[in-house]
Amino acid sequence: MASSAQAAIRTSGLSKRYRKVTALSEATISVPEGRISALIGPNGAGKTTLLRLLAGLARPTGGDVAVLGARPGQDPAFLAGIGFLAQEIPLYQRFTAEDHLGIGAHLNSRWDGDSARRRLDGLSIPLGQKVGTLSGGQRAQLALALTLAKRPRLLLLDEPVAALDPLARRQFLAHLAEAVADGGLTVVLSSHLVADLERTCDHLILLAASQVQLCGDIDTVLAEHQVLVGPRKDTTAIERDHTLVHAVRTARQVTLLIRRGGPVVDPAFEASDVGLEELVLGYMGQHASPAPARLTMIGEEQ
Amino acid sequence: MISFRLDGRSVVPPYLQIVQQVRQALRMGVLDLGDKLPTVREVVAATAVNPNTVLKAYRDLERDGLVEPRAGQGTFVVGRPAGPPPGTHSRLARSLAHWVRGAREAGLDDESIESLLRITLRAAAEEETA
Repeated sequence: MASSAQAAIRTSGLSKRYRKVTALSEATISVPEGRISALIGPNGAGKTTLLRLLAGLARPTGGDVAVLGARPGQDPAFLAGIGFLAQEIPLYQRFTAEDHLGIGAHLNSRWDGDSARRRLDGLSIPLGQKVGTLSGGQRAQLALALTLAKRPRLLLLDEPVAALDPLARRQFLAHLAEAVADGGLTVVLSSHLVADLERTCDHLILLAASQVQLCGDIDTVLAEHQVLVGPRKDTTAIERDHTLVHAVRTARQVTLLIRRGGPVVDPAFEASDVGLEELVLGYMGQHASPAPARLTMIGEEQ
Repeated sequence: MISFRLDGRSVVPPYLQIVQQVRQALRMGVLDLGDKLPTVREVVAATAVNPNTVLKAYRDLERDGLVEPRAGQGTFVVGRPAGPPPGTHSRLARSLAHWVRGAREAGLDDESIESLLRITLRAAAEEETA
């Protein structure tokens, strides 16, 4: 799984403008097959736009995009390979889970209703009950089971767990990871709950201000960054050798998130590894407008 | 069969947590030669961890000669980590627990116990190199 070199998604300079607003600018990304990719970014960064472009629900205004080796569109051959789950879960409140399974079997040629039933049984979700009476977590699980029953090769999920409680979130992500363990499935999942994503995802696409900041395997991306803590002094040497992502400066201390251009040699700085949450916040902070002055003043002696 | 506990707040990456927990289970005698590890699917279903993370952990353990995948059957324990025989750790853990009870009765809190342990370890290391 991890070693498959084939890309499920490949874009180059992908852009989307709505009249005068740029929703996505020059996005170049690649997601290898079999990954669970976390699409992370602040609200309005372009996450939903990117997912809609990949699903063929929106047309790019610039650049190239290949999904499962084809150009996204509304043709049945393309759509058969894609599962898309938007923020609003598309279920009929007055229909039962069993009704939904019947509709799915009717509409899809490669339908796998048996494994969907097994999954729902395993989660103790009543198949004969109207969907409107199920809990939010149960509805999300049902929508995921129905989407997976299509047997897609790429699953695109827009904030699927945002509204769920921690247990339902964990169960949903376990369900998702199990489907990937079965093979032949790649997932892109947008969310801002970084702690959940760190466990389940092995790939990252970080968007901020309509642009791709980072794209790659999480282990690799984390290894490329470091946090340096040292006495406040001139940091131009560090900024020359490395890319400074984010800095917090106080009267006596400076904390730098850097993308390494080589080994860190300055003995005045203590270097440590960076976690996913710290990395994401660093990149988001870089683009936050305007910087919250009070936050950067913590510990400052006036 | 063992189950894995993954701590999302730990600085130890998830794959290494799995590796360490298998090694620890082998040292404690909870796992022994011929035992089967949970399948990737089972670990994923229980923890929501990425399947590639489990595969990476099992490959690490295989490279160290501790486990071996058998086609269609799963991953089995074929070796023990270098070190004292299984059971040694649990025996020492019992005597340490006894010592900790004594330390608590003497009024030491966890922080002082930990610092005492660190100092003793450092002193022992210095003694060895001397």
